[in-house]
Amino acid sequence: MRALALALLLVAPLAQAGEIPAAERRSDTVTMSAELRAMQADDMANPASFWALDGQTLWDAKAGTSGKSCADCHGDAQASMKGVAARYPAFDGATGRVLDLEARINQCRTDRQGAPPLAMESRELLDLTTYVGLQSRGAPISSSDPRLAPAIETGRQLFSARQGQLNLSCAICHDDNWGRKLGGATVPQAHPTGYPIYRLEWQSVGSLQRRLRNCMVGMRAEPYPFGSDAYIALEAFLMFRAKGLPMETPAVRP
Amino acid sequence: MARALINVPPKAKVGDIIEIKTLVSHPMETGYRVGLGGEILPRNIIQTFTCAYNGEEIYRAEFSPAVAANPYLAFHTLAMETGTLEFRWTGDNDFLLVETASITVE
Repeated sequence: MRALALALLLVAPLAQAGEIPAAERRSDTVTMSAELRAMQADDMANPASFWALDGQTLWDAKAGTSGKSCADCHGDAQASMKGVAARYPAFDGATGRVLDLEARINQCRTDRQGAPPLAMESRELLDLTTYVGLQSRGAPISSSDPRLAPAIETGRQLFSARQGQLNLSCAICHDDNWGRKLGGATVPQAHPTGYPIYRLEWQSVGSLQRRLRNCMVGMRAEPYPFGSDAYIALEAFLMFRAKGLPMETPAVRP
Repeated sequence: MARALINVPPKAKVGDIIEIKTLVSHPMETGYRVGLGGEILPRNIIQTFTCAYNGEEIYRAEFSPAVAANPYLAFHTLAMETGTLEFRWTGDNDFLLVETASITVE
């Protein structure tokens, strides 16, 4: 009983959390230095352009036993993929699962192209997700499928649950203390507007799952395996939480 | 895949100060990091960059292991005559990348 009361005491303040008022919701691009913002805004200076260019090449390259390329079915990505990344993760009616962009691309590869799935964080998968994500630049995040509700709810719980040796939750930083300092860095609101991102610390492009893994390791929690439902639920919740913000893929972050 | 993005204004007037921007795809492995197996990852960096304007060198840079991956350089020069700018990156493991851009000066 006492344990329950204590648990309730710990959980109770978090029940309110998760809600940054709509008027205060913003991409963390605005808190970056002017130099980084310039780097993100200029495709000539944004190193993620290399990933997008290679993604364009892969889009047109035939793969697998079907001998088909992405373009053979989807045509010109600039038209067919416009705004698509802004509504992912999405519910897949055929399998009844929620898929993020990485999982969708791999599903397309295995089911339609007859090609082996690409490993998470492999160069090829990042190329393709960057290229597809780029086509949604400027589109408002708009995940409105009601079938996503269970994943969003799971994601919300994971976001608010304390975990790891530091006993932190995502919400403690990103809902309750955004805008304040953690060491030299400003705590971001953590909206996934720009993924995959070029992160200076990584010297590379990385996915949202890699970023989530990074945060979990920072909290000294056990990270989930890449591609797990827990990550996809968190991604679904974060996109729901960032609804209306424009996509910035590929963003640059410090 | 070695690749470079180069931004040179296509047109300029004689005597204009023009900005040239280059971004090159390169891992810039420092030679100080260890891999998953504990082995030292061999150094793999770009060592020099030069830019020649109609054959005359106008800009040179030397890189060190402290330079980040995918180095970005922006520099200025005077537009003098119509011609070609040649960009050349050389580095470890016989890395060589040569790109050209043309400019019309009126």
